[in-house]
Amino acid sequence: MPEQLFFTIEVFLNGLMTGVLYSLVALGFVLIYKASGIFNYAQGVMALFAAMTLVGIMEGRVPFAHLINAILGTKIHHFGWHVNAFLALILTMGVMLLLAWLVQKVIFKHLVNQEGIILFMATIGLAYFLEGVGDLMWGGDIKTLDVGIPQGLNLWIDETTYNMFDYGLFIDNLDIYASVVAAILVLVLVGFSQYTKQGRAMRAVADDHQAALSVGVSLNFIWIMVWTLAGFVALVAGIIWGTKSGVQFSLSLIALKALPVLMLGGFTSIPGAIVGGLIIGVGEKLFEFAIGPLIGGATENWFAYVLALLFLVFRPQGLFGEKIIERV
Amino acid sequence: MSTTEGYMTADGRQIGGVVMEMKNITLKFGGVTAIEDISFDIHEGEIRAIIGPNGAGKSSMLNVISGFYVPQQGEVFFRGTKRAQLKPFEVARQGIARTFQNIALFEGMSVLDNVMTGRLTHMKAGIISQSLWRGSAEREEMANREICERVIDFLEIQSIRKTPVSRLPYGLKKRVELARALASEPKLLLLDEPMAGMNVEEKEDMSRFILDVNDEFGTTIALIEHDMGVVMDLSDRVVVMDYGKKIGDGTPNEVRNNQAVIDAYLGVSHD
Ligand SMILES: Nc1ncnc2c1ncn2[C@@H]1O[C@H](COP(=O)(O)OP(=O)(O)OP(=O)(O)O)[C@@H](O)[C@H]1O
Ligand SMILES: [Mg+2]
Repeated sequence: MPEQLFFTIEVFLNGLMTGVLYSLVALGFVLIYKASGIFNYAQGVMALFAAMTLVGIMEGRVPFAHLINAILGTKIHHFGWHVNAFLALILTMGVMLLLAWLVQKVIFKHLVNQEGIILFMATIGLAYFLEGVGDLMWGGDIKTLDVGIPQGLNLWIDETTYNMFDYGLFIDNLDIYASVVAAILVLVLVGFSQYTKQGRAMRAVADDHQAALSVGVSLNFIWIMVWTLAGFVALVAGIIWGTKSGVQFSLSLIALKALPVLMLGGFTSIPGAIVGGLIIGVGEKLFEFAIGPLIGGATENWFAYVLALLFLVFRPQGLFGEKIIERV
Repeated sequence: MSTTEGYMTADGRQIGGVVMEMKNITLKFGGVTAIEDISFDIHEGEIRAIIGPNGAGKSSMLNVISGFYVPQQGEVFFRGTKRAQLKPFEVARQGIARTFQNIALFEGMSVLDNVMTGRLTHMKAGIISQSLWRGSAEREEMANREICERVIDFLEIQSIRKTPVSRLPYGLKKRVELARALASEPKLLLLDEPMAGMNVEEKEDMSRFILDVNDEFGTTIALIEHDMGVVMDLSDRVVVMDYGKKIGDGTPNEVRNNQAVIDAYLGVSHD
């Protein structure tokens, strides 16, 4: 078989893995948007913050160490212990829960019934605030994250494909784990929303606030819940991305890629977020591979947005959204 | 008539004591006084109607009872105890179900799913126990499902169980909304114009359902209705409102012969 085909397959799989990340971030958006109509610009920063917190807890860093040292003239940085990854994960989930509660209590509780654009502005504020707090709490250095996910070439795939086709496919273990974890996460979320009391209440709120209230659903509770879930999804995205490229500011920028993903998948569709993320991931990698060299490369920066633009023109409701027909 | 004790209706049904009492309720929206110093009570097991011309404040009253509107003044007593200002979802959890004048259904869900949301206040299992004890969660789901199916049978909407609500005609939507409220097995059922916009046949069906609910489950019902004929047929006692004030309260016959009520309905000008 021609080498070119295998290259393409590699690029395709590589794009799929990147797409998984986009999907995760987009999923966080959809959860919050569906239940509250808030377009959460801070979703990417939440992923960054979650990953920073996880590293901080694992390494036994003292939160706000710089601040404490500056005020008290001390020189503390670490507690001197290490927390194992699992425990740290649980603790970080606790932090994300607390964050969700605070976000609802301090910000959005006071903005009920406000225009979407105002809610959006509030999340921009939240993004910058959270970024600052993250730096202040855990320091602004680039952190390496290792929760024990194996990384590097998957030998089994490499050898098997080599024996069969005389060409060893290069697939990173991390990518495989990331995809499996993401798939499980999505299944759990779907199961949760379909089969649990809270999931049912969440769908009710997403559909009609007034009706939800009348059947005894607390909007406040559901909103805290979706922010928490979005926080967990952000944590998973943060772990995957952080393991791959280190926990650093650029992590929060994947949120910007989620925007075209949502245009493709529709803002309220969970399957849409998943499929949209994968299409953009694969699309931009294949495009760069096939067309990039002809037009000077760096197409990954804009490909997603152009694709989204095309969708806006020809299918504004997204892949899975229902066609909106104005009643006259 | 408004004793705290029960009473006997004309058709010989025994009505219980006061279950809900509104005392001196006043509700304002800016300069508009939607409800002005109104008091009335609802007895256990009765069908209580609230009538009055457009804009009289009937829906507002129902919204006060169900916690959607917060009155500036007045007290609400439910089952003998004074009620704190509750949020709508808290009122629902106390066993007060309602329908809306403009219908508030979950348009994206099927009829059955809509009715199932009526069981939310009864679902006990939390997230953790639901994932740990699948058995008990499944039993609970089955039990809830069964109650919903019974309500669906009762309201004769079996044939549309799986239909998305958004595809239903207006009259059936009203019925689904009633089904959802009934699924919660309410102690008090509030209906805001359950028959508005229906044709004669649909109205007759709905009247029959309301009477049957009251009769078979002993559910206390407060309803708003414009059609005087319907009110006369259905209700045990009637509150009449006009321009935010209470202008009459009594049995349908008493109310019908009340001069203030006649004036309001015939459109006699207010001073
Ligand atoms: N949310 C609101 N904000 C401002 N004013 C309101 C609100 N709800 C009701 N009102 C006003 O209160 C008054 C009573 O309205 P309400 O809806 O209670 O009347 P109603 O008796 O139910 O009338 P209808 O028969 O038309 O349904 C009206 O003047 C109405 O404009
Ligand atoms: Mg009304």
